[in-house]
Amino acid sequence: MAAPETSTAAVPTLYTNNTLRNAFGGVLSFFILLLIGVLAFSIRLFSVIKYESVIHEFDPYFNYRVTQFLTKKGIYEFWNWFDDRTWYPLGRVIGGTVYPGLTLTAGTIWWLLNSLNIPLSVETVCVFTAPIFSAFASWATYLLTKEVKGAGAGLTAAVLLAMVPSYISRSVAGSYDNEAVAIFALIFTFYLYLKTLNTGSLFYATLNSLAYFYMVCSWGGYTFIINLIPMHVLLCIVTGRYSSRLYIAYAPLVVLGTLLAALVPVVGFNAVMTSEHFASFLVFIIIHVVAFVYYIKGILSPKMFKVAVTLVVTVGLAVCCAVIAVLIALVASSPTKGWSGRSLSLLDPTYASKYIPIIASVSEHQPPTWPSYFMDINVLAFLVPAGIIACFLPLSDASSFIVLYIATSVYFSGVMVRLMLVLAPAACITSGIALSEAFDVLTGSIKFQLPGVTSNAEVDAGETSSDTSEAQTDEVKAEKPDDTSKNRPSKKSKKKERELAENPPAKATAKAKAKAEKKRLLALPLEASVISLLLLVVLGAFYVVHSVWAAAEAYSAPSIVLTTRSRDGLHVFDDFREAYAWLSHNTDVNDKVASWWDYGYQTTAMANRTVIVDNNTWNNTHIATVGTAMSSPERAAWEIFHSLDVKYVLVVFGGLIGYPSDDINKFLWMVRIGGGVFPHIKEPDYLRDGQYRIDSQATPTMLNCLMYKLSYYRFVETDGKAYDRVRRTEIGKKYFKLTHFEEVFTTHHWMVRIYKLKPLKNRIRGKAKKSKSKTSSTSSSKRSGTKKKNPWL
Amino acid sequence: MARTSSSKENAQALFHSLRSAYAATPVNLKIIDLYVGFAAFTALIQVVYMASVGSFPFNSFLSGVLSCVGTAVLAVCLRIQVNKENKEFKDLPPERAFADFVLCNLVLHLVIMNFLG
Repeated sequence: MAAPETSTAAVPTLYTNNTLRNAFGGVLSFFILLLIGVLAFSIRLFSVIKYESVIHEFDPYFNYRVTQFLTKKGIYEFWNWFDDRTWYPLGRVIGGTVYPGLTLTAGTIWWLLNSLNIPLSVETVCVFTAPIFSAFASWATYLLTKEVKGAGAGLTAAVLLAMVPSYISRSVAGSYDNEAVAIFALIFTFYLYLKTLNTGSLFYATLNSLAYFYMVCSWGGYTFIINLIPMHVLLCIVTGRYSSRLYIAYAPLVVLGTLLAALVPVVGFNAVMTSEHFASFLVFIIIHVVAFVYYIKGILSPKMFKVAVTLVVTVGLAVCCAVIAVLIALVASSPTKGWSGRSLSLLDPTYASKYIPIIASVSEHQPPTWPSYFMDINVLAFLVPAGIIACFLPLSDASSFIVLYIATSVYFSGVMVRLMLVLAPAACITSGIALSEAFDVLTGSIKFQLPGVTSNAEVDAGETSSDTSEAQTDEVKAEKPDDTSKNRPSKKSKKKERELAENPPAKATAKAKAKAEKKRLLALPLEASVISLLLLVVLGAFYVVHSVWAAAEAYSAPSIVLTTRSRDGLHVFDDFREAYAWLSHNTDVNDKVASWWDYGYQTTAMANRTVIVDNNTWNNTHIATVGTAMSSPERAAWEIFHSLDVKYVLVVFGGLIGYPSDDINKFLWMVRIGGGVFPHIKEPDYLRDGQYRIDSQATPTMLNCLMYKLSYYRFVETDGKAYDRVRRTEIGKKYFKLTHFEEVFTTHHWMVRIYKLKPLKNRIRGKAKKSKSKTSSTSSSKRSGTKKKNPWL
Repeated sequence: MARTSSSKENAQALFHSLRSAYAATPVNLKIIDLYVGFAAFTALIQVVYMASVGSFPFNSFLSGVLSCVGTAVLAVCLRIQVNKENKEFKDLPPERAFADFVLCNLVLHLVIMNFLG
């Protein structure tokens, strides 16, 4: 910056004051951001401290197994991997059905560390990937909010995101799932989009496409981006905010983004053929039409332009109608109008429960309850409306994007509780804006009214001249309503300051007096400002306390290890790992294990055995087969499992200790899904008065089904009364024998029970002379009776 | 009758004014426009070919068409940034605009080569 030419004493100090303040602010921001990163990382470590460094839940085990394969065999094997240890006998093409972003990221980190001779195991890298990327995500939030409102709002939004419980719940240390990296990719893509929108630089447009590619690699939720950005472009066009920067921000993204999305094997040609992407193509065409119209308007005189419009409208309308009719016919001809099942259930929340019970049965796909909003985003829930209002004063392209983002994410979070995660960054950004604006107003009022400030002429001249330079830049801004970027006026304001220094000071003080008067009227009373400031700080304190509590108590459970507190201290239930270890040590490597699909990933990852169905739930019929087997009597179930080469059956039973997520509680889904494909399973057969019951009032079908028998076999030996602690009742049938299965293992707290299929007898009896238990009579009647009904014979 | 003749006059006047306005644009912009037209024409030929012969290696078709469309879009962006009448890009030196154009094309064609199959 060249030195100013006038020799007034105020100006050089103004210069150095401002640069000094800027430099100090920059260094402070850097340290604050560093601390925010450390905070985001460390708040997610509670589960490692309370339990151990272990992978949580179900899905992360699959990702962990894939990462292990990647690190052992290399990337070419990974792309071509056909997994034959799951979905027996179908197998699964892993390379083409998994979103590779997470595993490739963790694999790269592991490889990098190992090549630097830091020997971390794959499990450690997988466990700590999520906290690291949450630190990156909060830095990305800072950058994003800085584009919208400035650095102060950016820092506030970053610290809010580092601690928001909804994001913590899916990114604790150990939760090695897609969202861990996907949320970072989401925020970073949005940041680059807004940066391109504000600066109009093609370089950032390229980076935007690459960040979008990373997002497509990581998560199926990328369709949110590719629908939100076109919606925003359309909004800008319709509200008259079209500019060439909008074209540069959008058009390259569509072309490059579609190509990059088609590169990922999971998406493939879906990038151009499914309805989820059609919005982007439609808006692509629309923006070209609009750009062309603006161009023609620019080179023609107004009269000629009117002539052109009438001509084009008459001809173009006919062509447009024809094209749209063809398009509608094409789309309407497919039964789901080209949308996938999951996306359809987002648009029509009742779709899944009517047509696809599998999607309806996943607990993460249920709508959230009202208290979960307060639990997950806490204080932000009522800061968001203030932030939306702050976005409108003044409305820029970037702030209109934020308003659209929060509106759509609130709707989608209302449909599926899993999508509260997409709401979290939007809520943090808007609340950060609101808090920052509030702090600005309050501290400005306090600073204005503190004794000693208004009497200091030098500082006053410095402040007000910088204010007048701001006023002049405001005028410049008012002249060009399109020019809403924050970066450009900074260059212009520096130029204006230099010009200001050369202007006669009399003009400056006249303007300064007007500005000071305006500020005096806008300032709030001193006491009110101080108290409001304190109350806002207390609000932040409540938020921090709640977030830390949620991270420590609510969201840190690894769900593969359970703990309870009793009078004797902490009680640990490690039954799942006990069962998987037994399986891996006591069975043959090629043995097949059948269980409900929840435990598939864990069984393949920890016990290393082939499973029939797992959490990927891509084949409804296969799952319905297992569900039918679990709902059938012993003989029919044995037939089904035998046809699938199953050797062991695994059930989870929580009745002894009161674990509520066991298979009996999930039994209704087995009946529904099985009954959806095999009509001989009818749900009313299992219901008494519309409820599933296992006590003495249960229906005979229920008391005879495999799930009941495998869960409650020998249960009466525990306390003599067979009292089920989850259902809170004694069971109906207490003494029975198994004819086609034998129990091989039950864990310490009876949580996991493993049974082996008995081989066929060599001699078949002609008629069952003795009927000790009901099962043999039903099995004999089934043997002699209708073979046609059971599709497995 | 009078309406059609006046509309015909209007159309002719419109065509004339469009032509004279376009002739006034600088030569470098006209070169870029020529490039955009060429790319769009190539894309059109590819679509016609696909319609007549069939879309079997669909990824090849997709990468071919999208490379043409992509480079046309990027050329339009370059034209926007280089055009002296655009007040928003007054501070942007045209060399920087061209460098961005080259970089973006590089990335685009890298992806195309990968996807061509």
